[in-house]
Amino acid sequence: MINKSTILPMIAFMLIAAGSQAQVKHHKKAPSRMALSIANGKKVYVQNCLTCHQADGTGVATMNPPLIKTTYVLGDKPTLIKIVLNGFNEDVQINGQSFSNTMTPHASMTDQEIADVLTYVRHSFGNKASAVTTAQVKAVRASNKK
Amino acid sequence: MLCLAVPTLVLSLAFKDHKSDEAAGLTLQPGFEANIIADNLGNARHIVVTPQNDIYVKLASAKGGKGILFLHQNGDKAEVASGFGSYGGTGIYLKNGYLYATSNDNIYRYKVNDKNEVIDPNQPETVVSHLMNHRTHNSKSIVLDNEGNIYVNVGAYSNICSEYDPQKKGCPILDSAGGIWEFKADKLNQRESDGVHYASGLRNVVGLDWNQQDNQLFVMQHGRDALHDLFPNLYTVHQSAILPAECMYALKQGDNAGWPYLYYDWQTHKKMQGPEYGGDGEKEADSKYLEPVAAYPGHYAPDGLLFYTGNQFPEKYKNGAFIAFHGSWNRAPEPQAGYCVVFQPFKDGKPSGQWEVFADGFSGSKDLKQPNDAVHRPCGLAQGPDGSLYVTDDVKGAIYKITYKK
Repeated sequence: MINKSTILPMIAFMLIAAGSQAQVKHHKKAPSRMALSIANGKKVYVQNCLTCHQADGTGVATMNPPLIKTTYVLGDKPTLIKIVLNGFNEDVQINGQSFSNTMTPHASMTDQEIADVLTYVRHSFGNKASAVTTAQVKAVRASNKK
Repeated sequence: MLCLAVPTLVLSLAFKDHKSDEAAGLTLQPGFEANIIADNLGNARHIVVTPQNDIYVKLASAKGGKGILFLHQNGDKAEVASGFGSYGGTGIYLKNGYLYATSNDNIYRYKVNDKNEVIDPNQPETVVSHLMNHRTHNSKSIVLDNEGNIYVNVGAYSNICSEYDPQKKGCPILDSAGGIWEFKADKLNQRESDGVHYASGLRNVVGLDWNQQDNQLFVMQHGRDALHDLFPNLYTVHQSAILPAECMYALKQGDNAGWPYLYYDWQTHKKMQGPEYGGDGEKEADSKYLEPVAAYPGHYAPDGLLFYTGNQFPEKYKNGAFIAFHGSWNRAPEPQAGYCVVFQPFKDGKPSGQWEVFADGFSGSKDLKQPNDAVHRPCGLAQGPDGSLYVTDDVKGAIYKITYKK
């Protein structure tokens, strides 16, 4: 028999359970979106980046810079997004070494692809930095003057 | 990754026959020995061994302010006697009483005494300055002919010129890069525009030498990159790794090797129209472009070329070519390859017969994934007065001396 005194706590329990379930769901959803972006970003990386920067992000000494724990990768996101859009041909030192090869522009990649690949790079090879979103890529692309 | 040459049998035999302590970690053809005579020199690029058996090495980047090292040999070791030249670079050559050396912009020379020792290391003369340097392919390799001319590579500052020729009207950078320039070796303060634009359509040359039999310049071109990355519908990852040959060209003034419009398929021996310029993976290129005299697998990266004129090695090596392959990176994600010294037999001044791996194992790995994992990468070649072969490594800065023992 169910009486009033048991129904109320029961409903309360169900509400709490539903609420916490929703919260768990929400928690699960965030990493899965990130995981999806990383997974898609890896595909973009393999197609567009790997040959120069290598599978482990170590690059090629004196030619193609590493993507591991450099300020270019971990620092300012608009700067990083611009490198993908415009390419890179500057005489700079990265982690104390200089690299001679020109990176060609990759502006033909979609905002989604750029966001995914940069999220992948910022979460791989020992890197741990926040995701790059399509909105951020879109904003940089809109203001991008070469 | 090892060199993937035809004589796999020879290689496997060599593995069994030669202990590493006889070969400094290298696998050599039977009867040869190798020693590391100097190590940890820096990014050792091209090398000269003088008639007095002393060594000059050019470093890619100056170490402790010294871009050129001078070494004396003593038994199985060579010791650094001095260093000079504050600039990094690749090219170095000794001829007619001068040591010539390059930065990535300039060609310098130093007068030497009758022992081929530089007289005033702090006062080089500038032979040519302001050569084109836009970072990509900016190393300058040099060689002299027998008539007082010096030849220098000015590499194309691009993989395939696509960023400079979006409308496909013709690559505009070829007027001042992507070729070989000839200058007077004894005239100072020349500029690129003072030189003879000797040959064009050469993407990037690092290994080059003067063939005394032909009295002719031979160069090794680094073939194009990224066939698959740029045209995934036309080329598989594997084709991209192996197809675009590293070509040997015998040059005459006015030759055009056809970069960026073509690449060479070393398996079918065909000049192929580049996909950027209407190629579809099947279409052959215009036959007007220079035919290579030999071709090697893609991305092996030929950084040193030497015609062997010594008497120490067996007769078959005489007047043939040694090629130092620096090793690939553009083969990724396929295993890397190259990282070896190859011998190309010659007859009557032309390549004749199949090339073979002469020295292998520089990378220290049989299945190299990343170029940065290579322990050594061969770069420069020189012949000593006794006919020994010297090979530099630009990772750690080892110098290998290879001799024939029986």
